Amino acid sequence: MATAREERQRSLSLRRFVLSSRDVLLPAAVLVLLVVMWEGSVHLFDIKPFILPAPSAIWTATTEIWSTVMGHTMATLNTVLIGFLVSIAVSLPLAVLITSSPYVSTAVYPLLVLTQSIPKVALAPILVIALGANELPRIVVTFLVAFFPLVISMAAGLLSVPSDLIELGRSYRASRFQELYRIRLPYAVPFIFSGLKVAIALAVVGAVVGEFVAADRGLGYLITSSTAFFKTPLAFGAMILLSLMGIVLFQIVVVIERVFFPWSSGQETVVV
Amino acid sequence: MIEIDRLSKTFRSRDGADVVALKNISLAVRDHEFITLVGASGCGKSTLLRLVAGLLPPTAGAISIDGKPVSGPRRDIGMVFQSPTLLPWATILDNVLFPLKLTHQITEGSREKARHLIALAGLSGFEEKYPKELSGGMQQRAAICRALITEPATLLMDEPFGALDALTREEMSLELLRIWNEQPKTILFVTHSITEAVLLADRVVVMSPRPGQIADVIDVPLDRPRNFDQEARSEFQDCTHRIRELIFGNRARRTAAVA
Repeated sequence: MATAREERQRSLSLRRFVLSSRDVLLPAAVLVLLVVMWEGSVHLFDIKPFILPAPSAIWTATTEIWSTVMGHTMATLNTVLIGFLVSIAVSLPLAVLITSSPYVSTAVYPLLVLTQSIPKVALAPILVIALGANELPRIVVTFLVAFFPLVISMAAGLLSVPSDLIELGRSYRASRFQELYRIRLPYAVPFIFSGLKVAIALAVVGAVVGEFVAADRGLGYLITSSTAFFKTPLAFGAMILLSLMGIVLFQIVVVIERVFFPWSSGQETVVV
Repeated sequence: MIEIDRLSKTFRSRDGADVVALKNISLAVRDHEFITLVGASGCGKSTLLRLVAGLLPPTAGAISIDGKPVSGPRRDIGMVFQSPTLLPWATILDNVLFPLKLTHQITEGSREKARHLIALAGLSGFEEKYPKELSGGMQQRAAICRALITEPATLLMDEPFGALDALTREEMSLELLRIWNEQPKTILFVTHSITEAVLLADRVVVMSPRPGQIADVIDVPLDRPRNFDQEARSEFQDCTHRIRELIFGNRARRTAAVA
């Protein structure tokens, strides 16, 4: 009896392992295949490295100056994180303000949309003149790119509370602060996280836009400076590092949600 | 003792027209009395509950509880809604404790009290579960515990079993009577089900719509404890028949008039 059950357990866990590894191995195999085809066709058709470098060339160009590349990566990461944190710090009170009164919402919403309709690439050089050629304009651009979806999803979350629950709070004479802290904010958590996931991805974009315009460090700067000298392999390397950074940061947000708000994941709603 | 005296409530609709939700309602509810409110949709039953809860101000007339006029939300009232509205991030125990947390009344005995209520509602063993792990009926039981935790003198229930399936609903009605028997309260209970209204109540308040008015108040002369066998009794039949007449009789007459 026991052995039969163990047997079944084992075959079940084996099955599960095969299934989960299929989810990982299959896309990985496809990726490897694509890279091999890329490498092969670059050599086969003798494509010039400054037009399309082979993966091996990208690897070599990036790793031979690895410490420099890492320095640039850290600089970009710094801008991304500060911009992201600033956009959280601004979005949350703003969302609370917007949802607290229809007047504020009517007054502020058009302004928010206005900030979004300004092309950030056009704004960046102007900001550099106004704020100086330092870290600040890059952070401001990152913030401007990232904060909008955050405000919208936070506001949607704060308004998603069932009206019965608000009435329940009122029937116990909960203060506005208690209503916000005990009911509205926790209710908004799934919405906030769907906003955070969009915002962290956009923050990377924002930081690169800022670096394109004015920077002496960062992966965006590395791309502009290396393409200026037709060092395409290095530009590719910087680009790959940027996407890796985006993926890792996104996953960190996902993990934070799963660990600290386990009831939240799985019921998020895509707002943006 | 809840006294409702010539109460009226008018809402202003979006186009500026006045909508009379309740007109000239008078009702006196004794302590520990179980009152059910039945009537077609839009007869102002829920509005009446919200006025008693102090969540809405009356347009005219007055409500007093134990001689004190209701001028705003008061903490000695428990509310149960059609949906359980439990907090998805809190365990059943924390959900039950929620009103005490809001009113800063958590004491050492609170958790024990909550556990006792949870046991009373037949939810022992589910204290540390999250709402989504419970069935609809069980969630509603937890919502009732939450309403009882502050030991309110009055319980306002707005179609609390309206979202449950028919079998669970019957079971819950008897459960509620059992809990009420152990913890006597004055209960105002809104429902769409005529049998439910008769089974539960000492008196059934039948309301008619547009404008919401009390059509009649019917005494239910059935013994307690109640059970579903009483449905076959002639007193039960008389009550449901009378209520049906009040609700649908009017409508039939009106339809005839239109024709």
